[in-house]
Amino acid sequence: MKFTGTVIKYGDNVDTDVIIPARYLNTIDVNELASHCMEDIDKDFHKKIKTGDIMVAGQNFGCGSSREHAPIAIKASGISLVIAKSFARIFYRNAINIGLAILECPAAVDAIENGHEVEADMDAGVILDKTTGATFATAPFPPFIQKMIQNGGLMESIRKGEFC
Amino acid sequence: MGMTMTQKILAAHAGLDRVEAGQLILVNLDMVLGNDITSPVAIREFNKLGATEVFDKDKVTMVMDHFAPNKDIKAAEQCKMCRTFCNEKEVTNFYDVGRMGIEHALLPEKGLVVSGDVVIGADSHTCTYGALGAFSTGVGSTDMACGMATGKAWFKVPSAIRFNLTGKLNPFVSGKDVILHIIGMIGVDGALYRSMEFTGAGVAALSIYDRLTISNMAIEAGAKNGIFPVDEQTLAYVAGHSTRKPVVYTADEDAEYEASYDIDLSTIKSTVAFPHLPENTRTIDEVGEVVIDQVVIGSCTNGQYKDIAEAAEILKGRKVARGVRAIIIPATQDIYLKAAENGLLKIFIEAGCVVSTPTCGPCLGGYMGILAAGERAVATTNRNFVGRMGHVTSEVYLASPAVAAASAVAGKIADPAALMK
Repeated sequence: MKFTGTVIKYGDNVDTDVIIPARYLNTIDVNELASHCMEDIDKDFHKKIKTGDIMVAGQNFGCGSSREHAPIAIKASGISLVIAKSFARIFYRNAINIGLAILECPAAVDAIENGHEVEADMDAGVILDKTTGATFATAPFPPFIQKMIQNGGLMESIRKGEFC
Repeated sequence: MGMTMTQKILAAHAGLDRVEAGQLILVNLDMVLGNDITSPVAIREFNKLGATEVFDKDKVTMVMDHFAPNKDIKAAEQCKMCRTFCNEKEVTNFYDVGRMGIEHALLPEKGLVVSGDVVIGADSHTCTYGALGAFSTGVGSTDMACGMATGKAWFKVPSAIRFNLTGKLNPFVSGKDVILHIIGMIGVDGALYRSMEFTGAGVAALSIYDRLTISNMAIEAGAKNGIFPVDEQTLAYVAGHSTRKPVVYTADEDAEYEASYDIDLSTIKSTVAFPHLPENTRTIDEVGEVVIDQVVIGSCTNGQYKDIAEAAEILKGRKVARGVRAIIIPATQDIYLKAAENGLLKIFIEAGCVVSTPTCGPCLGGYMGILAAGERAVATTNRNFVGRMGHVTSEVYLASPAVAAASAVAGKIADPAALMK
């Protein structure tokens, strides 16, 4: 699987309260959630994102609340992939469980800048910054997780009887 | 090489003799928890799965605490969805308005979690029950749905960081100061993906309620769980609240820890986390002049009777400063009732506080105390992220119940020990 898109970049410790503020958690409608995604730190996020864009961020992305509304809002906004230096553990789990692609790659985050064109090959674990030509290698997911992502998330794994 | 306490609990629930850090395992769950915000998403996923029954009617708990009593029509619809689901599936532990409390105070109080359990909850502060010697951790709604349907969850076995506690806390210093001190020391991702295991002679000097507060905020250091050994206090608490038998697991002598910290509890001062991260800590003598607009005493972190009573001790016979709104939220109905019976509500009301029915409400900027632009709150809650309690330019300062109460009286962040001298 490959993703290509324009980068929108944020810093360290982007928490789930800014990804989707709690005042909007009175709905589970994915499009409504997407319309408020990131608005507390980037109020025009929803307007400027194009389908396929790639989010790049620093350490501990998605820290805080366990709200699955956070990866849901990012995915429904059209973001194809989140690359971060590290992910908070519940966000990491939730992203995989709902089928939002994520990659951990500190070197890529340091080098890639806002607005760059990036291509990520999930199978090979390679990120290419098309703007500069630089490439970055990432560790592949363990087979257990890869299978879950291939299935489109945890629920499909269960439906296929591959979970337990 | 031996196993940590967390690894032993996980191994037993995976039906394995031993596990090691990094291993992927499938474990049997003793309890699956959700609230009025996360359960609706889980119910949607549960229904997509085509599941018709929950795996065990006694091992699912839903608590209507975040936006309940319903703050608006949408919140009412979400609670209704949970209520309908629990009625249809005959879920034993459905806690609605009138019976509910803040979930992480409620589950231990109702005896729904005991030592040795494995608990997942679609709420990040599910790690609270580590205080009782259980493995408990926050997950998302899809994991909750899967847990409700199958009674199982997958985990990567965590490595651990050990915190060796000695000494005892000084007056007006509590579990909140301990955990804020630790987060200030290791950072908001200092324990990322790992267990925080608290050990040492100092554990015995911490009440169960101090331990609940410390385990509650393990997530604020990025941890998977924060766990205490089981001692006489734990067993007495569990026996007083549950008919289930606790199972005691202890770490092996040769268990491996990635890092180990020694903490002398007697050296910890009242500590405040400044905006906008829980790691931005300062001791009370370093805070300077911070004038405030609001105080919130409550939440899953500090809404226990002990917390409320510590605040009452300071507010007794005193007045909340002009210009400050003080909101007290006992975490459960039992705590609320005890506060009423013991005259605490009278103390609060005479001091000029408002006392709320149990709810998460203001902690996450839901309702019952939202901040306007530029306003500052001292709160006994757990997060001070941008916009957490209201407007994006508002500020939350995290502190203990004693510091929050003293600050309500002073109108600025204040040292309870100095006020009570």
